[in-house]
Amino acid sequence: MGLPLVESALQWNSGILNANRDPKNDDVEFQITRLYSRFHSLDKGENGALSREDFQRIPELAINPLGDRIINAFFPEGEDQVNFRGFMRTLAHFRPVEDNEKSKGHDASEPLNSRNNKLLFAFRLYDLDRDDKISRDELLQVLRMMVGVNISDEQLGSIADRTIQEADTNGDMSISFSEFIKVLEKVDVEQKMSIRFLH
Amino acid sequence: MESSFGCWRRGLVLMPFATCLFLLCAVVPVCDAAAGEEDIWGVSNSSSQNTEGQEQNNSGLPIVTFRWNHVQTPFLVSVWIIVGCLAKMVFELNHRVTNIFPESGLLILIGFVLGGIVWGADKKATFALQPTTFFYYLLPQIILDAGYCMPNKLFFSNMGAILVYAVIGTCWNAGAVGISLWGCYEGGAMGHLEIGFLQFLLFGSLLSAVDPVAVIAVFEEVHVNEVLFILVFGESLLNDGVTVVLYNVCDAFVSLGAAKINAAEIIKGIISFFVVAFGGALVGVIFAIILCLLTRCTKNIQIIEAGFIFVISYLSYLTAEMLSLSAIMAITFCGVCSQKYINVNMDERSVNTVRYAMKVFANGSETMIFVFLGISAIDPAIWVWNTGFILLTLLFVFVYRIMGVFFLTWFLNKTRLVPVETIEQVIMSYGGLRGGVAYALATVLDPVKIKEKNLMLCTTFLVIYFTVVLQGVTMKPLVKWLKVKRSAQSELKLIEKLNNRTFEHTLCAVEDICGRIGDNWWIRGWNRFEQKWICRYLMKPSARKSQDYLFGVFHQLNLEDAVNYVSEGERRGSLAFMRSEDAASVDFKKKFGTDMSDIMPDIMVNTDFNGLDVSMSSVTRESVPSVSLEIHENDTKNLRNNNDVNVHHLLQQHLYKSRKHHRHKYSRSHFSINQSEDEVQEIFQRTMRSRLESFKSAKMGVAPAKKISKHPQKDRQQKMSNGKSLDKSKAHPYGDEDFEFSDGNSASGGEAATHAFLYTTAGIVNRAFMPEMDTPPTMRTPPWLSQAETDGSVAPSQRAQRSLPWSPSNIRRLAPLRISNRSTDSFIMADCFPPTASSSGVA
Repeated sequence: MGLPLVESALQWNSGILNANRDPKNDDVEFQITRLYSRFHSLDKGENGALSREDFQRIPELAINPLGDRIINAFFPEGEDQVNFRGFMRTLAHFRPVEDNEKSKGHDASEPLNSRNNKLLFAFRLYDLDRDDKISRDELLQVLRMMVGVNISDEQLGSIADRTIQEADTNGDMSISFSEFIKVLEKVDVEQKMSIRFLH
Repeated sequence: MESSFGCWRRGLVLMPFATCLFLLCAVVPVCDAAAGEEDIWGVSNSSSQNTEGQEQNNSGLPIVTFRWNHVQTPFLVSVWIIVGCLAKMVFELNHRVTNIFPESGLLILIGFVLGGIVWGADKKATFALQPTTFFYYLLPQIILDAGYCMPNKLFFSNMGAILVYAVIGTCWNAGAVGISLWGCYEGGAMGHLEIGFLQFLLFGSLLSAVDPVAVIAVFEEVHVNEVLFILVFGESLLNDGVTVVLYNVCDAFVSLGAAKINAAEIIKGIISFFVVAFGGALVGVIFAIILCLLTRCTKNIQIIEAGFIFVISYLSYLTAEMLSLSAIMAITFCGVCSQKYINVNMDERSVNTVRYAMKVFANGSETMIFVFLGISAIDPAIWVWNTGFILLTLLFVFVYRIMGVFFLTWFLNKTRLVPVETIEQVIMSYGGLRGGVAYALATVLDPVKIKEKNLMLCTTFLVIYFTVVLQGVTMKPLVKWLKVKRSAQSELKLIEKLNNRTFEHTLCAVEDICGRIGDNWWIRGWNRFEQKWICRYLMKPSARKSQDYLFGVFHQLNLEDAVNYVSEGERRGSLAFMRSEDAASVDFKKKFGTDMSDIMPDIMVNTDFNGLDVSMSSVTRESVPSVSLEIHENDTKNLRNNNDVNVHHLLQQHLYKSRKHHRHKYSRSHFSINQSEDEVQEIFQRTMRSRLESFKSAKMGVAPAKKISKHPQKDRQQKMSNGKSLDKSKAHPYGDEDFEFSDGNSASGGEAATHAFLYTTAGIVNRAFMPEMDTPPTMRTPPWLSQAETDGSVAPSQRAQRSLPWSPSNIRRLAPLRISNRSTDSFIMADCFPPTASSSGVA
């Protein structure tokens, strides 16, 4: 338990490394311990890593329309195991943005909970084939997951068209990540993609 | 006029007439003179007639009698309402004033003037706002409107903060103001008054409420960001209830007397505080459920289903009042909880009716409240001056509000995801406007128990004026100066909504993965519960089925587009512009439109014209070309559906009516505006202009219009093949091609001939459809018609379309372009373009 915990503590703190966070360090450690025990309880195989099945065992995820997509987001491409470090790395996307981090500007290493990274996380939920574009089909798949059965395919298609059209600036009928950022620039992503207790 | 003066002197009963007329006289210079005078004469004429009638009836059979007492009360009420609304109308005439000075403040000032007039005429304060009137007839609709139009999600997601401000903040205000005043009194700051500690507390409690009416009036004008707005607004709404409860508790203590109060009584007071406040909310929720259930089955009585909303909500208010629970809380929660379901359950028209009616009521009574806050003050009997008491009250009210807000926010920010910023806190504390509730509570004070009632009343007045007028005026500059985050007036986008949903789901999932119960867990739990149970019972099955968030947004967006589309079309005089218009409205690149092409709206108007039918406008949708030179801009399916209806409507509305149609309709459900004046002018001018033109052309010796009009058609038809080949070889956009045709015309007919043809024909046939002198009307055969049949694959480029001038002719130019190469379409076109029917048939 010792080594990965320390490592991930560093991970958790990546991008924050300023000294004046000291008073909060206790809090951070507490959070990490807490998440570690959660990780442990999810880890039914007891091998220090989570598999897809481990995630799928969470009952609420089964009824979350985007559950599988989110599970996928925890796994780096081509792998089907995620260790605690990777687990924490993904969760770090959802830390709220602190004021002092906001003002720090663009450092060499952008913290995982920056606006762009939060958006990238959301973008990846759509972008199945990882070509950095959301195609109409990919969008349709997500839409189909998220709307009720009462919406006909045709309606859904026009919703998808309209959605793409809103974002698409270069006319390739797909949404690239830069277009994605641009079209959502008014949305308060920092707030909407943050969870309070993940300080 | 003199007889009516005599009539006024007869008795003070008629004084309100005088007041009303005085007001109108005062108002007239500002407002449009004509309208005002008409009112004056109308009123005085009728009164003089009445007088004559009365004089006559002294002898024999009364033909007409004057029965003022008969109608006195409702008459006066109506007159006052009119006066209030007129005052409001006058302010709105000049926006420069309302930009600086908030409307609420202006209304109070008008109230002063009116009160002064009444006082001058009557020598006593005849009119004052009675607390019963205020609480039973003026307040409920305002609160109901606020609750019904509350942004639910925002309200409930900030519920914790709002409750903290409303309950703790209000108690703090009441307690702190009361105790400090008492302390100052004991310290000798205000001489000798007959006010005890409990009375001070009572006074503090009645002043503690931030008034929703004043707050809405001021904050709606400054457009602060939505979180700030909901915090201030929600607080003001709920703390009204809290204040009334607090007031009642204090009042009970006062009548109990200081001697009898012990710990048990205090505990009882605290318990009753919560029971009353939350009991009221519970009553509201129960009535909201009843309301939802009722609207589930009002399908067959749509006309009156809107009435249910008002009656049931009002009943919730009265019931809570009857049970001595907080009526304000009840009606607030009735509105908040039921809005979602009744809006779905009711017919769309009823929803609109409810919305408008509610705004009318709320706005009206808001106006009345402010006017009467001014009028009621003009009564020397209530003015008791005590410098120390008044100034200290103002100071304490102001300071403790700031302290309370800052302290509570500091506390709340510890747990808030997005902290409330300091600047916002300043605005929040500065927005502590007091209003009608404070006044009404002050009037209710029992002069037997509270000796210094008048001092309290006049201090309350001053606090209200100070906050509403002074703070209201300075609020806007302050918001600007402090650079408070304004509400981003972003148009809502589908992708934003979609992503918001995605974010929500993601957060839920992450919480689940972390194994923690957070906000999102609660939200999701509630949503699921609502879906499963509440919707099943409270929503119509049909409404439940068609309910889908994303699709709802989509539908709404399309509706907006359609409305924009039509209004833009009205502005431009043509609906065809949309094809080439790319700014302003959201465009649709319709690549997948083939399956929708059957619902395209074809709007044709055939007007008889020398044996030729002119189609005035035809808005047709393109079948999507297989080869598109540039991306085709188009509208969505829904837009089209709407077009169908809207464009028909548009035409109907804008076609000149023959005189017959100016008749009034007596149906209850219709009323049309008679625009004949303008129309007659317009038609007359057009006629004269075109006559002039035809006269000129006749003089120039040009052949009659008829011949010419036929000639270019042939010409064009010949050219068609030309154009086609041109098009194919060069991929030439149609628009350019079109210009070529006009060149061809002028070449064949001669410059003068073309002009003559254009003007005369239009002039002869139907002047109404001749748009402007400089835009030639639409006598051409669409050259593309045959082309569209054979060669529907090339779409006009955006550039080409844009380069066309806007005129009805555009519609015809563009319309055929959208026609698919299917023959059915061409026959449709043939119907509407009779001159070319033969050619298309042949082709």
